[in-house]
Amino acid sequence: MIYQGKQNIWSDYQKEIPHDHWFYVRSCIRQSFFPASEYFFVKIVRDLLGKDLYESKHHTTCGGIAYHCDTIPQETAMTIVARQFALMTEAGYKNLVASCITSFGNYTETLETWREFPELEARIRENLWKACRREFEKPEYVAHASDIVYMLRNEIAEKAKVRLIDKTTGEPLRIVEHIGCHYSKMFPHKGVGGAEYPCVLSGMVESWGGQVIDYPERRHCCGFGFRQYLVKANRGYSVSNTHKKFESMEPYHPDAIITNCPGCPYFLDRWQYVISEQTGKTYGRDGFGIPVFTYEELAGLVLGYDPWDLGLQVHQVAVEPFLDKLGVAYDPDAKYLGVNKEELLKPTLPTVLKCF
Amino acid sequence: MPDFGFSLSKSSSVSLDSLDLGLYGELERLEPGVKTCMACGSCSAACTASVWSGMSVRKLILNLQRGKDVEKMLGSCMLCGKCSMVCPRGINTRHLILSLCRIYKKQ
Amino acid sequence: MQNRNILIIGGGIAGMEAAGQLLRLGWEPVIVEKNERLGGHVAKWYKLFPDMMSAADLVQTLTDGIKEATVYLKTRVASMNRLKDGYSVVLSNGVSLQCSAVLIASGFHLFDAAKKEEYGYGVYDHVITNADLEAWFGGAPDNRVPANPGQVAFVHCVGSRDLKAGNAQCSKVCCMTAIKQAIEFKERFPGAQVWCFYMDLRLFGKKYEDFYINAQKDFGVHFVRGRVSEVSEDIDGRVVLKAEDTLAGLPVKLRADLLVLMSGMLCNSDTAALASMVRTEVDSDGFLRSRDNIYRINESRREGVFFAGACTGSKTVPETVAEARAAALDIHNYLNGNA
Repeated sequence: MIYQGKQNIWSDYQKEIPHDHWFYVRSCIRQSFFPASEYFFVKIVRDLLGKDLYESKHHTTCGGIAYHCDTIPQETAMTIVARQFALMTEAGYKNLVASCITSFGNYTETLETWREFPELEARIRENLWKACRREFEKPEYVAHASDIVYMLRNEIAEKAKVRLIDKTTGEPLRIVEHIGCHYSKMFPHKGVGGAEYPCVLSGMVESWGGQVIDYPERRHCCGFGFRQYLVKANRGYSVSNTHKKFESMEPYHPDAIITNCPGCPYFLDRWQYVISEQTGKTYGRDGFGIPVFTYEELAGLVLGYDPWDLGLQVHQVAVEPFLDKLGVAYDPDAKYLGVNKEELLKPTLPTVLKCF
Repeated sequence: MPDFGFSLSKSSSVSLDSLDLGLYGELERLEPGVKTCMACGSCSAACTASVWSGMSVRKLILNLQRGKDVEKMLGSCMLCGKCSMVCPRGINTRHLILSLCRIYKKQ
Repeated sequence: MQNRNILIIGGGIAGMEAAGQLLRLGWEPVIVEKNERLGGHVAKWYKLFPDMMSAADLVQTLTDGIKEATVYLKTRVASMNRLKDGYSVVLSNGVSLQCSAVLIASGFHLFDAAKKEEYGYGVYDHVITNADLEAWFGGAPDNRVPANPGQVAFVHCVGSRDLKAGNAQCSKVCCMTAIKQAIEFKERFPGAQVWCFYMDLRLFGKKYEDFYINAQKDFGVHFVRGRVSEVSEDIDGRVVLKAEDTLAGLPVKLRADLLVLMSGMLCNSDTAALASMVRTEVDSDGFLRSRDNIYRINESRREGVFFAGACTGSKTVPETVAEARAAALDIHNYLNGNA
């Protein structure tokens, strides 16, 4: 692999990311999948790095799930998006930041569609006015939250308590990056580094001391695919995609996976359990799986936040071996205590995949 | 194992670098002309059996080139020889089928 | 007295052959070549189909024919202005001259394979282009070509017939080049398995079909109809290709030790600027627009401006040479008032 070659391509896809003043819209599902990720995004960006990040309690889903599941027409999805824009406009912001990859894709797709079909934009403005008497300005910039963390990666590295380095060997940790499909596959120029070799996550990993693993099925979808997962009969197809990725990355012995999508980390994490039950195979060392992190969780670890405050106990794959390599202190007995230090329910452990 | 109600699907992808071409190699030895097939489909279009049975010399050759078993399809051939008449590359397809039968019989 | 100068822009095989013919017809050709040597792409090629003639021999023959011509290397045309009976030309080397006619023979450039990001040219260790392979055949060392390759893949239509890559046209020579190179590769590495991934095999020229049959029959080259969609690199540094075998209707994967991309032909990027200097047009295919594409391919729509070779579209070597001769005769007739 010729690293310089990738850099050449990255230079063609430099995305302008505003340095401050964002209107933040959350994901529908991330707060239940990875409960502390968005909380820590806000904490890191606003509290630690002192940037202006605004949230409106009135914001809703972007409609992406329903849109991608074919349960609402595109016009409805666009009107929902228009309402988010209206909230942003009313709050006096021009830069929209989405937590979810599909939302980011949905906002971008809407804006691109309006650019091609201005009459559609006019109709959506009318829809929105009829529905809730709101008006909006289109955002000047739409970014995904991982773009912001990418932009701030060196500031985070400066404040880091640990680097992505194996404490015992001194070697960089081997990190697989997985980009959500809707980040740049639809609009390659809207993603940092493009669609074939995106560098939004690899840039973070490198900045924080890790080594990025490229493997043959890197570009392959995690298998979520909305309709595929949501219909139980299709889940075999969903898990097969995940399986294909793990088979492909296995020879590289990655220490962890970093992701920027709501669905990918969920499926890459949870399906390791299903695969282990169905095939008897695990992909980490000593019967463990490969831990899968959101970029906020990894940033949180690097910045020295408590792993359980970062919500890592809700992962299927045990994160403890990774924490040990990183040299991050944690209290095993506190794993299943809530933020109020009260006992949470303990999960039943799988038969094959080693967990705590 | 818990009953998930779904399981891993089998991949239909063919790995060209790890094909078992034993059968095709044997056929190439007996019928060197097979190498010149350009998959035009004249044989299949002219085939007496194709519309009733799915018989296709083109598919037969392609499947052998991709390391697949074709014995079942072979049974549909009526050996009429029409395919040999239409082959633009002059492959003796009828003889090819007989050779293939011989290879299978020997196995 | 009539000015005997003919400006020839481009010292590739078209410009050279036209210059040779014009000399014989009594004119004084002036070749302006931006590179430091004559012969264009052919000078970098090893062997030419269908006779497997040495490209260097052809360039030598053409060079022998233009000893009397004025040649400016590493020079570009800075400006051209129409006069009553010809053009006034200023070159980048400061030379000014007047000529009676202009022949544009500015040729083509190979599609930059790195633009097809999914093929990983410049990113993966063992991905090269047709031009790289040809240079390697000619003796130029290239550590991307492994010492003992087991599997080798050729991908046709890289930057050709690809609207998204900005070139909808067929580059015409790549199918035949792939087969020629596949055979040459097998001659050097008889044990290698060679795979050609094509959309259509366009083997239109004299003896091309013979090459195809030989590649199949004598060299066992495998042909897979399907466009490679994505390439990656495995842990051993081999390239992994994904394509659909569209005849079998099945997705296929190939782990190869070398991937050769058949880069297509695009009109040279500076040709549009040349065209605007003489107020002639670029056609919808990105190449120069001839007076027509049937009878007057050598003529531009401007008086005294002629074309030869790949500046009007992808061409083979024999087509280019024939067109250069035709252009020389067209210019001769034009200047003698016989047009």
